[in-house]
Amino acid sequence: MIRDRTWSSRLTDIAILVVLIGITLTCILPIWYTLALSLSSNSAAAAGQVWLWPVGFNVNAYTQILKDTQFFGSFWISIQRVALGAALNFVVVLLMAYPLSRTSRQFKARGVLMWILIFCMLFNGGLIPLYLTVKGLGMLNSIWALVLVGGAQTLVFNVILTVNFFRNLPKELDEAALVDGAGPWYSLFRIYLPLAVPVLATITLFSIVYHWNEFLYGLIFMTREQYYPLQTYIQQLVVSVDPATMSEDQYRRLSELSNRTLDAAKIFIAMLPIMVVYPFLQRYFIHGITLGSVKE
Amino acid sequence: MRIKSFDKHYYLMLLPGYLWLIVFSIVPMFGIAIAFQYFNPGKGIFHSEWAGLEHFRYMFVLKDTREVFFNTLIIAVLKIIAHLVVPLVFALMLNELRKLVVKRWIQTIVYLPHFLSWVILGGIILDLFSYNGPVNQLGALFGFKPTLFFAQAELFPWLVVGSDVWKEFGFNTIIYLAALTGINPALYEAAGMDGAGRWKSLWHITLPGIRTTAVLLAVLSLGNVLNAGFDQIFNLYNPLVYSTGDIIDTWVYRTGLLNLQYELATAVGLLKSVIGFILISVSYFLAYRLINYRIF
Repeated sequence: MIRDRTWSSRLTDIAILVVLIGITLTCILPIWYTLALSLSSNSAAAAGQVWLWPVGFNVNAYTQILKDTQFFGSFWISIQRVALGAALNFVVVLLMAYPLSRTSRQFKARGVLMWILIFCMLFNGGLIPLYLTVKGLGMLNSIWALVLVGGAQTLVFNVILTVNFFRNLPKELDEAALVDGAGPWYSLFRIYLPLAVPVLATITLFSIVYHWNEFLYGLIFMTREQYYPLQTYIQQLVVSVDPATMSEDQYRRLSELSNRTLDAAKIFIAMLPIMVVYPFLQRYFIHGITLGSVKE
Repeated sequence: MRIKSFDKHYYLMLLPGYLWLIVFSIVPMFGIAIAFQYFNPGKGIFHSEWAGLEHFRYMFVLKDTREVFFNTLIIAVLKIIAHLVVPLVFALMLNELRKLVVKRWIQTIVYLPHFLSWVILGGIILDLFSYNGPVNQLGALFGFKPTLFFAQAELFPWLVVGSDVWKEFGFNTIIYLAALTGINPALYEAAGMDGAGRWKSLWHITLPGIRTTAVLLAVLSLGNVLNAGFDQIFNLYNPLVYSTGDIIDTWVYRTGLLNLQYELATAVGLLKSVIGFILISVSYFLAYRLINYRIF
C-alpha cells in the first residue's frame, strides 16, 4: 500500500496509536485493579489506597474463600450447570440442524418448522408466566430449571447458526451419500458431524459462557441460597440493596460495610473460567456474529 | 431429491428440541392470559376470573409505568446510537494501524469484557466508582470533591450507556472489521497513485465500502428500542436512581416477583413483548427489502 510519509501523516499515526492504546487500557485495567485489590489489606482497600499494585500484600481473602462452603457449593452448581447445559445444547442442536438444513423439497415441513423457531426466538411470554410455568412443573430449586430454561432461550439462535453452516456445505456430499445408500442418521453422524466441528465448537463455547454468566434464573427459581449458582451468589453479595427507599448516606454506608478485598477475590475467581476458555472463544466466536448474512 | 421414508427420521431428530421449546418457550406464552385475569394462584390460570382490560387501563394511569417506559426508551435509544458510532470509529482507527502485532493485541483485549457477566462487571464498576474508589481518588488529584456516582439520578443513564459501550464496543467492531477486510486493497493503491491522502481514501473508499454493513446494523438495531439491558441495570441500580434508571424489565421483576402483583407485571411485560416483536419483525423485513438480508 502506498502512503505518503509526511510529518503530519506520521503524527496522525502516532495519535491514533496513542488513543487506541488508551482505550484498550480501560478494558484491562479494571480487571487488573480487581486482582490488586483482592491481594491488598482490608485497611488499605477501605482507605482507597490501592491502585494497580497490592498495598499490604496478603492472600487472606483467598484463604477465607477456601473456608467458604457456600462459595464452593455455588461454584460446583455452576460447573454442573455448564456441563449439562452445554452437552444438552450440543446434542439437541445437532439433531435439529440436520433436518432443518434440508431443502423444502426434501423435507416439506421445513418452512413451517423454521418459522415456529423464529417465533420462539422473537416472542416470549415474559418473566411471570415463565416463573409460574417452572413452578407448576415442580422444578423450583432443581438444577434442571437452570439448565432447561436458559437452554431453551439460546437454543434457537444456535440451531439457526448450525443450519446456516450445514446449508453452506456442498450439496454433492449429501447426494453422493444418498446414492451410496446412506440414511439420514448415517449422513448426519458420519458426514455432517465431522465437517461441523467449527460451528459446533462455537455453539458449545457460547453455551458455556451463557450458562456460566447467567444469574437471574438462579435468583428467581432457587428459593434457598444453597442452590444458587456462582453468579447469583456473587450478585447477592456485591449488589444486594435493600429495596425500600434509602438515602444517599445509607447507600454510602452500605458500600463501606462490604468487605472490598473479599468481594474482589470472589469476583476474580468467578472470572477465571471465562479467562480459561477465552483463547478458544477468540478463535471461534467470529462465526457467531456473522449469523445471518447477505445471501445471493 | 426427496425420499419419503426419511421424513419419520427427520421428525424423530426434531422431537427433543421441539419438546424442549414447547415446554419452556411456548407453554409460558399461554401464561400471558394472567394479564387479563384476576389471577388466583390457588385456582390457577384455568379457573381464575377474567378481568378484561382492567390491568392495562390501570397500567396507563399509573405514574410508575409511564416513567419506566420513558426511561427504557431513553436508555435504549442512547445505547443504539452509541453502539453504532463508537465501534465504527474504533474499527476505522484500528484499520489505520500498520503494525499487525499491536492490532492483534488490541483486539484480544477489547473483546474480553463482552464475555464477562454484568454481575462481575457490575461489581467491578461499583467498586471503581465507589466513594473511596479509584475514580474518586483520581478526581481528588485534580481537586474534584468525591461523588457517589451511582447515587445520582441525573448521572445514572449516562453511566449505564457509557459502561455498556465500554463492555461491548470491542466485540461490535468485529463486524465492521470483517467489512473492512472485504474492501479491495487495489482501490487504495489506485487512489494513492491519483494523489488521494488518508482522509480522501477514508471518505471515498473506506466509508462507501462499509456502508451496507452500517445500514444493516442500524436497521437491525431498531428491534432493540425497548431493550435497555436488564442484566446491566439490575446489577448497577439502587432505589436512589429509580426515577431515571428503572426500566420495564427491572420494574416487572420487582412488581411481579417481589411484590407479587402477577397480573400487572404480566400486562406490562406483555405490552413490551408485543411492541418488541413488532419492531424486530419490521427491522428484519426492512433489512430483507433493503439489502437482501436473511437470517436463514
